[in-house]
Amino acid sequence: MIRLIILIGFCITSMANATGGEVPDTMAERVKACTICHSAEDKAGRDAYYPRIAGKPQGYIFNQLRNFRDGRRYYQPMVVLLENMSDEYLLEIAQYFSSLQLPYLDPERIHMQPEEIKLAQHLIYSGYPQRNIPPCSACHGDILMGVEPAIPGLIGLSRAYITAQLGGWRSGSIMRGQTSDCMSEIAKQLTEREVNAVAKWLANQSVSGKPGSFNVLSPELANRCGLTTLENGEAE
Amino acid sequence: MKYWIRMFRVIRDWRNITWLWTGRLSLAFISLTITVEIMAGEAERSAAVEYGAYLTRIGNCMGCHTTKGGQSFAGGRRLSTSFGVFITPNITPDKETGIGLWSQQDFWQALHQGKSRDGRLLYPAFPYTEYTKVTRQDADAIFAYLQSLPPVSQTNPAHDIFFPYNSESLLAVWRTLYFKEGVYEPDQSKSAAWNRGAYLVQGLGHCNACHTTRNMLGASQDETLTGGQIMGMNWYAPSLSSHLEAGSGDWEIEEIVALLTTGITKRAVASGPMATVVRQSLQYLSPEDVLAMAAYLKSLTENDTGNVPGVHFSVTSGSFRKHLELGGKIYQEYCQACHGVDGKGAPGIYPALAGNRGVVMDSPLNAIRSVLNGGYPATTAENPRPYGMPPFQQILRNEEVALVVSYIRNAWGNRASLVKALDVDRSKGGDD
Repeated sequence: MIRLIILIGFCITSMANATGGEVPDTMAERVKACTICHSAEDKAGRDAYYPRIAGKPQGYIFNQLRNFRDGRRYYQPMVVLLENMSDEYLLEIAQYFSSLQLPYLDPERIHMQPEEIKLAQHLIYSGYPQRNIPPCSACHGDILMGVEPAIPGLIGLSRAYITAQLGGWRSGSIMRGQTSDCMSEIAKQLTEREVNAVAKWLANQSVSGKPGSFNVLSPELANRCGLTTLENGEAE
Repeated sequence: MKYWIRMFRVIRDWRNITWLWTGRLSLAFISLTITVEIMAGEAERSAAVEYGAYLTRIGNCMGCHTTKGGQSFAGGRRLSTSFGVFITPNITPDKETGIGLWSQQDFWQALHQGKSRDGRLLYPAFPYTEYTKVTRQDADAIFAYLQSLPPVSQTNPAHDIFFPYNSESLLAVWRTLYFKEGVYEPDQSKSAAWNRGAYLVQGLGHCNACHTTRNMLGASQDETLTGGQIMGMNWYAPSLSSHLEAGSGDWEIEEIVALLTTGITKRAVASGPMATVVRQSLQYLSPEDVLAMAAYLKSLTENDTGNVPGVHFSVTSGSFRKHLELGGKIYQEYCQACHGVDGKGAPGIYPALAGNRGVVMDSPLNAIRSVLNGGYPATTAENPRPYGMPPFQQILRNEEVALVVSYIRNAWGNRASLVKALDVDRSKGGDD
């Protein structure tokens, strides 16, 4: 009898081992394919390129996931990863990352000349209306953490990432918006020096606070960037 | 006399009335008949359209005739091959840029004979070599469905085919050599279900467009789904008739059904282009059709002896051991949390690597690509929230990928050739 009990116990243990234990039925487990790069910890790899996605507005993340899947934004690893995912699941993933509030890495410490800092701050908080460049903060929020539901935060991104995105917009090789692409028009107005200053300055800031709400946007800018909210609360 | 005259009048009037009534009744009857016939005609047509929609899914016409994020069936997708770039045409009923002016007969000619409306020979990038097996009735249903779609005005660029493959006379020769026109002929010695499965797999499903080895001229070597490198894609479509690859002779029918419709089973997962086929097409198979397909696929290994060819290693056993030791360390760090110490994974979530034929196949291409690209299984009705595999090319070097793939190909009783960094490098790219 004891032998039998031991045998049964042994069988149960080996069955448990065989399946490698229970796989948690959670979103955190399901998005391990994402968090290997987009993690709170420093797993940024060799090029420190991956942007922070936790806590970004849900509509923004959802739009980008669909853009990658549908060929409107090209980065091969993301395209391949998302190829066979439904809208419903991408929305759930966007909700998950949007709801995450993670501690982030310390900001980069890039040395900047005083005039470079002044230039960056001017672009970010004042813009150059005569050159049709609105201040970044007008859309991305006073604290630059983005605006619900679809404008991304600018803090917590590496200098390499920001420079690459602005570069992509300037060369016309990337598209972001679902309809018009106002960032492309703005980026094309920027000089090389301005791009560098903004990228350095943003990368030097610490992540804090949450995205602002949609009604902080001026109707003129919301209209310019095609940022209307659809009936289902999804942003275009 | 008066009486007779009166009688005559009565009779005449009565006949008139009768005629009148008969006339009215028959008119009513005719219009009723016409109404019923129209309704029946409409019902028949909408049933045909609905059946056509189903067949169009099973033929996965949309897979090629739609670009990423583009308008459905408006074409424009680029198919890169060693013969040049083929651009899929617009098959919406737009009169200028689509097939709005086509007749049923034109469509049949394309599907069955591989000829366009103007008689031009079509390139077999359009798999008419398989579609020729589709019945006229099914072809008509597909046509009815395509014609019911909203027309999309979209002009697509012309094919860009290299010399000498751009010559029509060469294409004519190719057709003489490799194209056999003809609707599927049932094998009377087999069951109806088997024949239905064979009809779908060989014809509309055009499985052989990928699961085959192609010769220098891009012609499929045989019709028995013996596997091969997919044209224009850096993926290997495993043999469906070999026990060593993806043959399903020793699988339960239910498991084959599950793989086709959900994309995942306790021991296998459809990845790469096959995940796309599951998502776009196979998950919509009717219960009868998927059973039929499974029965046919299961029978494909009947002639396979199952002999395991010897594995030849190009390295000495000392370096072999060292290889596996290093690969094992990488496995422990990155793979073990999901696939387990014993490589048994978590059935239906993370595939087992121990005994996984996709891992130990002669061609390591798919295993390498799975490590490099990672990916999610297709989201299907039965598996709407799949678990994913990270794209390890983001954090591992070619040498490390080679080591870990060599390890999983030889751990837990697996036995297969080692993989070199060069193999990993060659496995990159090829995503359109």
